[in-house]
Amino acid sequence: MEFSQVATIAGKEFWDRIRNRWVLAVALVFTAFALSIAYFGSAQQGAVGFRSIEVTIASLVSLVIYLIPLIALVLGFDAIVGERERGSLDLLLSMPITRLELLLGKYLGLAGALTFSTIAGFGLVGVVLASQLDLNALFHYFGFMLSSVLLGCAFLSLAVMLSVFAADRTRASGLAIATWFFFVLIFDLLVLGVLVVTAGQWGGEALPYALLLNPADVFRILNIFSMDDVRTLYGLSTVFPPALAQPWLLGLVMAAWIAGPLAIAAWRFRR
Amino acid sequence: MADTSPAPTKPSQPDPVPVIVARGVRKHYGSIHAVDGVDLEVRAGELFGLIGHNGAGKSTMFKMMLGLIPATAGELRIDGAQVEGGDFRAVRRKIGYLPENVVLYDNLTGTETLDFFARLKGVSPANNAALLERVGLIHAAKRRVREYSKGMRQRLGFAQALLGKPRILFLDEPTTGLDPEAIRGFYAILRQLKSEGVTMVITSHILAEIQERVDRLAIMAAGKVQATGTVQALREQMDLPLWFDVRVAPEDFESVRNVLAGLPVGAVEARDGHIAVQCARDAKMTVIAALATLDGKVRDLTVREPSLEDVFFGFSD
Repeated sequence: MEFSQVATIAGKEFWDRIRNRWVLAVALVFTAFALSIAYFGSAQQGAVGFRSIEVTIASLVSLVIYLIPLIALVLGFDAIVGERERGSLDLLLSMPITRLELLLGKYLGLAGALTFSTIAGFGLVGVVLASQLDLNALFHYFGFMLSSVLLGCAFLSLAVMLSVFAADRTRASGLAIATWFFFVLIFDLLVLGVLVVTAGQWGGEALPYALLLNPADVFRILNIFSMDDVRTLYGLSTVFPPALAQPWLLGLVMAAWIAGPLAIAAWRFRR
Repeated sequence: MADTSPAPTKPSQPDPVPVIVARGVRKHYGSIHAVDGVDLEVRAGELFGLIGHNGAGKSTMFKMMLGLIPATAGELRIDGAQVEGGDFRAVRRKIGYLPENVVLYDNLTGTETLDFFARLKGVSPANNAALLERVGLIHAAKRRVREYSKGMRQRLGFAQALLGKPRILFLDEPTTGLDPEAIRGFYAILRQLKSEGVTMVITSHILAEIQERVDRLAIMAAGKVQATGTVQALREQMDLPLWFDVRVAPEDFESVRNVLAGLPVGAVEARDGHIAVQCARDAKMTVIAALATLDGKVRDLTVREPSLEDVFFGFSD
């Protein structure tokens, strides 16, 4: 594998997103949401202004869990199928580059753009809030940003996988939307459904493990479990064993969610 | 034209080792046999034409030669390396490819496009400006491809194919969208490349355009190579009749007909100011001798060889 080839492709993807202001737009969306949640998140309770970092992060998590998977899927669904459909893939592959290098370059460039806008968007808010936060709170906020990046990279990996499998862009976009629905909306309902239907007799033990099968849930657990105040609020402490809630373990699960779909994509793309 | 520059000495004899070798190459998509047993050899320094109807298998053959799609069966070697093998990356650095209807990136400028592909090819971008100059795009180097006309995109695609002084060029319908002047310029560059020993494979729908320019060509139909050779060799192989245009005064039309009576000629048609005579290739000299007896009456005589198009339809039908 020649990393210069990966870097060339990644560099193009990244700068394309900088130049067409995609990175700027997404960063601004993140900043706007994070600021309004931090300052007006408690408006319904009759309070305006920054309250606590834990409540802010909890609200941000609920938002990001919808938003970032969607953004990542939209960003990556046509990575390969788009080139194929436009007719530029053959020329790229006629270069001294392997398919794996091309795929990795595409992924890393897009992941770089997504990571950059996530860090810039939420980082700016972190800087604004910094004066009101102690070190522990800053640490939690940093953890939130890092897990957001991982969440984005995991769904981007799924998106790139779809872009290898799909026959055309239209189908790829359909698959991307279906993926979003499944992981963000349907998955939890399914798990709950199993619990309810079996009246908790079956699946209760397996529930925490089932949640690991969804990167969005892993992201939620990563952020919520580490904070005592909101953990009870979300009822997570009752169902999720602390042994499983180790950040490094959950981080590894996220890494698997990044590497797994990419590996499948590479396998498929080679043929 | 005297060449005073210390150009590398080129071999007077073309390299006998073929640069491109296909042996029994097949590409089957289920029951569709896109390429069905192709044997082909392209020699070093040759300008080789690949012609055929749409769907004859040219583009599939191209894609296999570039290692873009695997062959179902058969052997395919470019510059000695197996197309599917690990050595092929090194060969790819020597290959330039201009796809049919080349698609480049709309958001990049001409310069940026060449820079991007130069990096992928591992070539210094130092010569990119000269390349843009060569294809006549230097004035548009800083404009985005989005604003380029079809012909300009084609020229930028050609410049891309020339990155890193390739030894082998694959040009799929390279003159699509070019105006006649640009087409002349394009073939002038090909001649120059040929003098530098570059091996080129070219496809074109416009047979008249390539018939005078290729060294040899292969006619493909139904996934097979129907014939290979020089245009002249294919003409002779096909044994198509040729035409004489005999220019005589209208009152002498009858004497021409009389002279030709009894000779092995085909159609004899009186046309505007001349008589068109069709005859078999081996009767050519007989007919010329007969016409010579008319002495001062024949004002002009033109021999029309069958065009590549005639040859092509002869082989592909």
